[in-house]
Amino acid sequence: MIADLALQGAQMAIVLLLAPALTGFVRKVKAHLLRRRGPPILQPYRDLRRLLAKEAIVADTASWLFRASPYVVFAATWVAAALVPTYATGLVFSWSGDLIAIAALLGLARFAQTLAGLDVGTAFGGIGTSRELLFAALAEPAMIMIAFTVALVAGSTQLSTIANVMLAQHVGLRVSLAMALIALIIVALAENARIPVDNPATHLELTMVHEAMVLEYSGRHLAMIDLAASLKLLLYASLLACLFSPLGLAPPGAPPAAYAIGLGTYLVKLFGAGAMLGFFEISIAKMRVFRVPNFLGIALMLGFLGTLLLFVSRSL
Amino acid sequence: MIELFLVPAALFALMPVGLVSARFGKGATPYAACFLVCAAAAIAALPALAAPPRLLALPLGLGMSLRIDALAAYFLIVVNLGGAAASLYAIGYGAHEEEPGRILPFYPAFLGAMNLVVMADDAYTFLLGWEAMSLASWALVIAHHREAANLRAGFIYLVMASFGTLCLLIAFGLLAQPAGIGFAAIGANRPEGAVAAVVLVLVLIGAGSKAGLAPLHVWLPLAHPAAPSHVSALMSGVMTKVALYGLIRITFDLLGPPAWWWAMPFLIVGGLTAVLGVLHALMERDLKRLLAYSTIENIGIIALCLGLALAFRANAMPSAAALALTAALFHALNHMLFKSVLFFGAGAILGATGLRDIERLGGLIHRMPVSSALFLLAATAISALPPLNGFVSEWLAFQAIFLSPTLPQWGLKIAIPAVGTLLALAAALVAGCFVRAFGIIYLGRARGPEAAEATETDRFSLTAMAILAALCLAAGLLPGLVIDAIAPVTQMLVAGRMPAQAHTAWLTILPAPGASSSYNGLMIGLFVVFVTLATAKAIHLLAGRRTRRSRPWDCGYPNLGPQTQYTGQSLSQPIRRVFASVVLRSGEKVDMPDPGTLRPSVITRRIHDPAWDAIFAPVEAAVNAAAALLNRFQFLTIRRYLGLVFGLLVVLLAVVGLSP
Repeated sequence: MIADLALQGAQMAIVLLLAPALTGFVRKVKAHLLRRRGPPILQPYRDLRRLLAKEAIVADTASWLFRASPYVVFAATWVAAALVPTYATGLVFSWSGDLIAIAALLGLARFAQTLAGLDVGTAFGGIGTSRELLFAALAEPAMIMIAFTVALVAGSTQLSTIANVMLAQHVGLRVSLAMALIALIIVALAENARIPVDNPATHLELTMVHEAMVLEYSGRHLAMIDLAASLKLLLYASLLACLFSPLGLAPPGAPPAAYAIGLGTYLVKLFGAGAMLGFFEISIAKMRVFRVPNFLGIALMLGFLGTLLLFVSRSL
Repeated sequence: MIELFLVPAALFALMPVGLVSARFGKGATPYAACFLVCAAAAIAALPALAAPPRLLALPLGLGMSLRIDALAAYFLIVVNLGGAAASLYAIGYGAHEEEPGRILPFYPAFLGAMNLVVMADDAYTFLLGWEAMSLASWALVIAHHREAANLRAGFIYLVMASFGTLCLLIAFGLLAQPAGIGFAAIGANRPEGAVAAVVLVLVLIGAGSKAGLAPLHVWLPLAHPAAPSHVSALMSGVMTKVALYGLIRITFDLLGPPAWWWAMPFLIVGGLTAVLGVLHALMERDLKRLLAYSTIENIGIIALCLGLALAFRANAMPSAAALALTAALFHALNHMLFKSVLFFGAGAILGATGLRDIERLGGLIHRMPVSSALFLLAATAISALPPLNGFVSEWLAFQAIFLSPTLPQWGLKIAIPAVGTLLALAAALVAGCFVRAFGIIYLGRARGPEAAEATETDRFSLTAMAILAALCLAAGLLPGLVIDAIAPVTQMLVAGRMPAQAHTAWLTILPAPGASSSYNGLMIGLFVVFVTLATAKAIHLLAGRRTRRSRPWDCGYPNLGPQTQYTGQSLSQPIRRVFASVVLRSGEKVDMPDPGTLRPSVITRRIHDPAWDAIFAPVEAAVNAAAALLNRFQFLTIRRYLGLVFGLLVVLLAVVGLSP
């Protein structure tokens, strides 16, 4: 029992500690590809420390919700990230939530975040919230359909079980899984406010979505939101890794060496995904806001088609 | 322990009390009495869930018989819990009423009639209760009869309710047996084939229109908001559940073993209703109409789950059918809980500001701290977010869909993934809808003087809201208890049940025997709350709690006043442009004055309800055309009237003479 709890605790600590590094790594990759030197990979940690040291400035029209929401956003995202297998499957709390619950926990984070965007009563908070709601209206159902597709292949919505099925049996190349993979990548880009949907580096007001929503935040509150955003990026990278390349994941009750291998392969997968994200982002331009629904609509349709194919034949 | 069979009689007996009480005050006494009766009935119905069915034939040659079995007991709990909360709320809220005499006599009758429908054991009693429920609620809808919109709503409601009862009447006529119209007699000789199909369609129209299924939903967003808020809560939260009870009782209990295609109308209508309802809710600026449209959405979800249950039952998959039926029944309870809280919150706002238009509200979280927190909890629950109850029923629905690829029929194989997509789409849109509702009403800055001077509502109202909100939380954290309570109902209707949940490790819920999927509301809830509090504590220790209040930053723009905030319309404009422009044919027209003219520019937007355009408008036009044609007969001379009478006499005599 103690060992189980320690493994689960290790998972929570790993995702929390690695998340800013992944964000920093993506920035570094993008800078290198643009022939700049870029900030060091550890810069996000320094930013967090700097933000924590500052006082928080709260608008005088803000309510308690504005101050509570960063903690809720962070907690919901962290709990969701702790439920995605990173280096091992079958952790002790993994049965308390499945893929649908993870999507819903991210929905809870978004709920708190969008409400906070409206709380101060400024135009920028409204514009960010409005656009975030539009993207969510397509990204969330797409996520559910992706969950259906992978769950129908694996016979369970529980991530540990899905990863084990993908690992143990010869699932093979399947049309439906390919569709789910593309759809999940699109959803991940949109959910993490990456190019082409949103630009994490933008400070041109009218193009912002996520940044506009959190414009009023400062100090420790902003630190929580930034950390939650990093955690969400890591969560989606882990999810892609766990569903589509579960290689190296340690099964329950494995010897310590297996856990070490699991951790090593996880790091490789994580930073590989980060490098691909960086490369993708520098090779594509940001979309107009009203082009995004078409882009996300592709994800929803692929998720639907994947599910439909599996309803028609379990072997597709 | 009170005798459940006495509950309708006790409530009907409160009608004269209400009439007298209205002469002397605002009616706290009858509301308190209704509260006590309903609360006692809800508690008494709990043990009846697992008890064997009890029957009662009324004496005096009334020809009425009552029965309480597991299904009736479950809906008695839903009805009376909602009734008790609404009555408690009304003790405080009733003080706002100008003419209590138009509400007090009908309110207990409405509650009594709903109890009667659920307890009925024969078609006569059922229809009597159903019609009493319709008429009592109609009287409550037109309680504020000085507003023309309410009268129109009442008229449309009356027409639709009569039409629905007519359909049910014909359905029961087809079901009637030589042995009688008792449910036992009908159940012993269940119709099959074409008769069953006709009955199914009639019941879907009759009970479905009462519940708010598309395309017969158009009366609901007119009638529910027109009533006083506690009655709106009852109509949306409880009466729609009574309609669903009728639907379940007839399709699952009285009709013969289902054919697989019975599921199709439920699935398609349910999926479309869900998306149509939530899209309308997203576009709406009247708070109570928004909530009414959201009711339509939830009824769609429940109908969809019922369709899944029928499909599984037709294919002899009892545990999967039990899962889908549990999802439907659980969601019915959930919807009663959170929709009542939301309507109570809307009533509190209406009492404090006199407004239902969200565009003139704002910043109420500062003025109404307690009711805003309770409204927020209910909004989170209805948005299907963990760890609250709405998520559990939605999770069960998704798990039921997940079991459906083994269904052999091709129609279902194609329909269920499509309907699953609609369900996922509706679930995502609901969260946006309630972010919009809560954000525009309670957050930001006040958009008008009424909102700036609102005050918190009374204690009775807050208590009623708090009780239901606490139940939302409890049902979300301990869903296993609710699922186990529903088990006797599924056992009775589909001969299967979900695995017993009370004894699973850590109260995790399992959707089907041997399933590898699981969800633990308690664990997720505690985890999120604990991490939130621990993080806040840790950050405060680590980084201090230095906070400075300042003017909003807003990217350096000077503070431009509350009119520059996003409104409800602008917040949902992107969704309107992407989704509603197709489904609701929405559009906007901008009338920009020429440079130099002082006329204000005007933007108008339009929304079409496809059901209204396709069904109601043509019917209305046909009725009007027929009336115009017949209207000529009103202005004839006496000679022509005599000529007509003579002509008719000749025709009738000819018919009599020619007939063999």
